[in-house]
Amino acid sequence: MENYSTGVGLALLGAGIGAGLAALAAGIGISRIAGNSVESMARQPEAAGDIRGAMILTAALIEGVALFACAICFMIQSGLAEKITTILKAK
Amino acid sequence: MSSEGAHSLDQLDIQHHLDAQHSLSFFGYEVPLPHLHLGDLDLSITNHVVMMMLAAGICAAIFIPMARRWSEVPRGLQAFFEPVILFVRDAIVMPHLGHHLGPAFLPFFLTAFFFVFFMNALGLVPFGASATGNIFVTGALAVITLVTIVATGMRQQGPLAFWKNLVPPGLPLALWPLMFLIEIVGLLAKPFALMVRLWANMTGGHIVLGVVLGFIFLFKNLPVAGISVLAAVALSILELFVAVLQAYIFTFLSALFIGAATHAEH
Repeated sequence: MENYSTGVGLALLGAGIGAGLAALAAGIGISRIAGNSVESMARQPEAAGDIRGAMILTAALIEGVALFACAICFMIQSGLAEKITTILKAK
Repeated sequence: MSSEGAHSLDQLDIQHHLDAQHSLSFFGYEVPLPHLHLGDLDLSITNHVVMMMLAAGICAAIFIPMARRWSEVPRGLQAFFEPVILFVRDAIVMPHLGHHLGPAFLPFFLTAFFFVFFMNALGLVPFGASATGNIFVTGALAVITLVTIVATGMRQQGPLAFWKNLVPPGLPLALWPLMFLIEIVGLLAKPFALMVRLWANMTGGHIVLGVVLGFIFLFKNLPVAGISVLAAVALSILELFVAVLQAYIFTFLSALFIGAATHAEH
């Protein structure tokens, strides 16, 4: 742990915060979709089938964007993991 | 982080499970797979390639006999797959492609749906890997969609008209080059998003599964193992849902983009 350079530490911090922000964004987006669609299903139960389909589709699209961010954070982390293990093994 | 340092870091390293491997592992035995190099290009048969072949084989083994023995009153396997096929036709293909092109493109979309689904699902069985967790596999699927978009658009609208109709009509001539570049980026960004969406959903699920099961190795006690296994079961149920959903999303968006290319949008 003591041998991490500041740069590597900051990059890992960035990756962690980025992944957390992506989860937060997905949570906000999908909760809005779910809230509005459930309310509209309650207002008009005959349309519930169509609304349910649209809800699932749009939730998956928002999820996709959040996963882009998550994938980038994972790439940052995995590019650094080798550096960390070489630093620690060199001890 | 545990005080074991590099030792625990190696044990929580799941990257080699996510990459394509040059051997199939069963119950501790490794079956090596053939390496194939074409100059600099590595065309080895990796475990992802084996899973792709397996998914294609499953599709062929299910649907070819089913088509030969098609009966008006569905029974057996046909009773299970016919509603799915009708769903793909009526909810995905027909609304976007219309009555003329719809039947012509239906085999393509059915193939996309079931091939992607079986590739996703094979990642959930023991000793399987999801081929769609390899970005080059989803990249190839996205390239197929992109080529189909451009080819269908050029065929339906005319070779040059397709490219001209990318830009909204009634645009000042000075803005045309900029808008054309923006539309080209949009044309490329949509299959790119298809690729990353499918890959990230599959890989993300397996990463979380790997981390949750890695806790067993990290903590090395029984209660944690019990909780980990229960969490892994719950995650696997979610993964099954995601497998079906992502196959549907890929097919739906492909149909949407190809349908949009068949008539001038703006």
